[in-house]
Amino acid sequence: MAQPLPYLKESPSQTAGPYVHIGLAPGDAGFDIYAQELGRDIAGPNAAGTPITVTGTVTDGTGAAVKDVLIEVWQANAAGIYPGAGKVEEGFRGWGRVVPDFDTGQFRFDTVKPGPVMGRNARPMAPHLNLWLVARGLNIGLNTRMYFGDEAAANAADPVLNLIEQTHRRATLIARADGSTYHFDIRLQGEAETVFFDV
Amino acid sequence: MTATDLYQRDRTRHPPALAPDYKTSVARSPRLPLLSLQTSASELTGPTFGHNDIAALDNDLIRNYAHGGTPIGERIIVHGRVLDENARPVPHTLVEIWQANAGGRYRHKKDSYLAPIDPNFGGCGRTLTDENGYYVFRTIKPGAYPWRNWVNNWRPAHIHVSVFGTAFAQRLITQMYFEGDPLIAKCPIVQTIPDPRAIDQLVAALDMNASVPLDAIAYKFDIVLRGTRSTYFENRPEGN
Ligand SMILES: [Fe+3]
Repeated sequence: MAQPLPYLKESPSQTAGPYVHIGLAPGDAGFDIYAQELGRDIAGPNAAGTPITVTGTVTDGTGAAVKDVLIEVWQANAAGIYPGAGKVEEGFRGWGRVVPDFDTGQFRFDTVKPGPVMGRNARPMAPHLNLWLVARGLNIGLNTRMYFGDEAAANAADPVLNLIEQTHRRATLIARADGSTYHFDIRLQGEAETVFFDV
Repeated sequence: MTATDLYQRDRTRHPPALAPDYKTSVARSPRLPLLSLQTSASELTGPTFGHNDIAALDNDLIRNYAHGGTPIGERIIVHGRVLDENARPVPHTLVEIWQANAGGRYRHKKDSYLAPIDPNFGGCGRTLTDENGYYVFRTIKPGAYPWRNWVNNWRPAHIHVSVFGTAFAQRLITQMYFEGDPLIAKCPIVQTIPDPRAIDQLVAALDMNASVPLDAIAYKFDIVLRGTRSTYFENRPEGN
């Protein structure tokens, strides 16, 4: 036996369950409790850059909408700066929570388009939103990214998209641009399963 | 130059995406392998929260939704520290909880269990850890409740817990169970975790020393997030 190492172990994940909204978005669960719910405004009132809307649906392996999903968004500002890593506009949180319509499963949120962010080894990453999904049936949160369909050149050079060996799967991370609205569907399983990350 | 990095997540301590005895996971689990990423600024930064974001009463579930009365049930204190894998406290981080009431009923428009809603109990709370990573909630012990999986499945009493840390890749949602509950061993959601030692890490210990005599009984629950480390020469060219 070798000497024991002093590290602790990360607490194991458990599913967020069907009632995650009570804790993280109680207004969506159907009651008002907090003076201020967190994550309702990603970019704030002073954000520079292009205002955008993102819509989409999360679907399961049978093609059904996952109506009880909760998505967290984390993004840089239009200059490619994450809050905490440099100066950003007053009120720019860069983080938000998205809950789809419980009847249709369609989600929709407003933010500003992020700028390119410097990646590892000084290689720039194309503009993207970092997404984290939790729901009933997800035993551990799923990390993915949304890239922008109107950034073809930057996407082609992106070091993360280029890691995806099956090149046709890269498209699962790229939102379709329709003016300032981007459509991004997330498929948990099945044909065109979205690429998820172990980060 | 130096930069912060994270210890790789030990996936053997976590439940697999597909755990067929938890039926909902079957159609919702990715079938293809996760793509392993070396972390970048996108994963190593994360949102921060301050005392302007929350209210003083938000961590007291006995009072934060009281409508002229007091919630029914066992009064408890849940307290502990948020640490990282280096056993260092994680200060000023947001901890959010949600739970059923003493009868096992959630205040959620989608919960139709026949136990009653408690008019004085909302079922959620939030707080920031202090400079030592310490947090405390006061609440009501949640009841067990049935759920549709096998026809006679009951969730052990539990509190859902959400924690941030400093990096978006430390984000964690888990559940806290109570020492001595016989339903823990029978729950397909608990049992999605393959390692029994990892399950033990989610069972809060009865803590008589932190109990308030004649008022509330305490449970201690520490939460561990992924460890951070300094890495050197982050910007070195590939291959060096
Ligand atoms: Fe629950």
